[in-house]
Amino acid sequence: MSKITGTTKVITGNHAVSYGALLSRVQVISAYPITPQTQIVEELSEFVADGVLPARFINVESEHSAMSACIGASAAGARAFTATSSQGLALMHEMLHWAAGSRLPIVLANVNRAMAPPWNIWTDQTDSLSQRDTGWLQVYCESNQEVLDSVIFSFKISEQVLLPSMLVLDAFVLSHTYEPVEIYPQQRVDEFLPPYDPKFTLRPSEEGTMGGLSAPDTYFEFRYKIQQAMEKAIALLPKEGELFGEILGRRYGLVEEFLLEDADTVLVTSGALTSTAKFAVHRLRQEKKKKVGVLKMRYFRPFPFETVRKILKGRKRVAVLDRNLSFGHGGIWSSEIKSALYPLKDRPPVYGYVLGLGGRDVTPKDILEIISDAEHRDELDMPEIIWKGVKK
Amino acid sequence: MEKTSLNHRVDTFTWKEIDELENVYPGHLACQGCGASLAMRLVLKALGSNTVMTVPACCSTLIVGTFPYHSLKVPMFHTAFETAAITAAGIKAGLSVRGYPDTTVLAWGGDGGTFDIGFAALSGAAERNEDIIYVCYDNEAYMNTGIQRSSATPWGAWTTTTPERHPEDKPKKDIVGILAAHRVPYVATATLAYPQDLTRKVKKAKDLKGFRFIHLLAPCPPGWRMESELTILSSRLAVETRIFPLYEVENGKRYTLNYAPKGRPITDYLSTQGRFKHLTPEQIHYIQQCVDENWAEVMEKHRLTHRTTEGIPASGYQ
Repeated sequence: MSKITGTTKVITGNHAVSYGALLSRVQVISAYPITPQTQIVEELSEFVADGVLPARFINVESEHSAMSACIGASAAGARAFTATSSQGLALMHEMLHWAAGSRLPIVLANVNRAMAPPWNIWTDQTDSLSQRDTGWLQVYCESNQEVLDSVIFSFKISEQVLLPSMLVLDAFVLSHTYEPVEIYPQQRVDEFLPPYDPKFTLRPSEEGTMGGLSAPDTYFEFRYKIQQAMEKAIALLPKEGELFGEILGRRYGLVEEFLLEDADTVLVTSGALTSTAKFAVHRLRQEKKKKVGVLKMRYFRPFPFETVRKILKGRKRVAVLDRNLSFGHGGIWSSEIKSALYPLKDRPPVYGYVLGLGGRDVTPKDILEIISDAEHRDELDMPEIIWKGVKK
Repeated sequence: MEKTSLNHRVDTFTWKEIDELENVYPGHLACQGCGASLAMRLVLKALGSNTVMTVPACCSTLIVGTFPYHSLKVPMFHTAFETAAITAAGIKAGLSVRGYPDTTVLAWGGDGGTFDIGFAALSGAAERNEDIIYVCYDNEAYMNTGIQRSSATPWGAWTTTTPERHPEDKPKKDIVGILAAHRVPYVATATLAYPQDLTRKVKKAKDLKGFRFIHLLAPCPPGWRMESELTILSSRLAVETRIFPLYEVENGKRYTLNYAPKGRPITDYLSTQGRFKHLTPEQIHYIQQCVDENWAEVMEKHRLTHRTTEGIPASGYQ
């Protein structure tokens, strides 16, 4: 067998997830096949079958059961992992609430895929963003390396704040695209991510109940504590991001700033679309000397309000790229950004562009057109949605 | 229908086979005469202390205690309505990797969570032969939400969603047959009036590996529209009238009828419960026919396994 860890391999985003789970030494995996996620669990079943990963693999009959199995395993104190996409994530919805409410540090990889009908298997963020209020941390990845890193990182954060994490990667653009990915030596990952030592768990012969009925005099406080855990995560994420850099070589923040120092116009992006935006912005700076930059959002929950305010305060304009749509409202990231900026006195105008739904290609040309549109817009000309590329 | 007399003879039995161990504290939130709470007490006595339990939405969600109280001496995880079997399988996997491979994991669900909404997860867990014990305490309707019909509701019964003008018109789902068809190691029926039989079956299940299922008839006084002191009597009459035969199925094929009562007219059972009081003589006759057919079928399966129907105990108390 070729060397599995401590090497750089050219792998798909899906396999980057599998290697991330391997390096995280997950103990129970439960999953159900769905395009375009399937390769994640195929690779993991190979690892388990070959004995490379000493974990239990439960091949369930639905995503609902996959999450339920992870919940049971995590409640029993095991490090539990699953992966899904789109309809599968939607089917899990009830149990996503259950995992967070039970304060279980499960990690889930979601491959962003558009919701049906009509059937569509291509990238679109509406599946994961509609899980907004379930109590899960959500992190969006730009590259296959970030995907692998986010699996390890998510366990580290989740196990400290006792909330589950969802890492998100774009269908096909990342899931099926090969990129070089450093698969760290196990020992270095172990240094960053120690074994899970659960505080609250089902221990045989010890009395205790998890999840029993809680009346109005206590339920509220359980919710308050989940919010506190989210706030703890906001403080913890940059510190752990630094530590990840020290031990494994790549530093991560709540967001990533690209050519922002002097930027008048800021493009706010997430996921793999960020690379396209970076490419366009870089070219624009070189060719037209325009002061444009990119703010890549990594964490959607907890939402980094302070960081966003600090970065966007005083800019001339902000253009948010949303590969998602909340019907009857607008792009989901743009409404989040607007609400974050509201307390600022001199807040910049925020233009929300909805584009690329159902995997429609977004090219550097589209990004350049968006920047130009934003630059020529009247400051108060901020419709809830600015459509980009729709055939009206 | 004439009401069944309470003065019929009850066979005597000793409690020596019932463990003194208690895993349920005195004091819980069940209704008077609740079959489910007694069933839980008996099952947890038989399983012993090295047990972890999961309960989906059902009456037992409340019976085991509301925060910050709890009525059990074993660890307990509340889970969503349709997930008892798979949550139990997850707990089992988690406990195994955490160094507790010998702990019994019990999924404890009502008939709604088992026959209906939890059926996909139940079938999945059975098909994969997950190493858990699933006990369905069957009170034959959604009692926790206020007596709505489930696919475990018997033909002819009144519920709040099958009113007397249009009572339940479908036969009770054959959950034992369905589980047996999954070829799991062990499926058995049990009920409260036969605690020795129930205890023996739970212990037998505990000593086996793989997916084990016990279908436990647990009368519900409010839902069955009967006085709370009739729980054990109705449980007993269910067996004596042969509407609920006590039997076991091993590996999906080996059928054993545990008890062959000489039989009583089905009215003896039906008349204990207000949920059947609207039935016409024709309808009762139809139920009797169904009971007789089902009994003959179980008897035939026993005969195919044992090549005889001789020797089946005539009393439920040995």
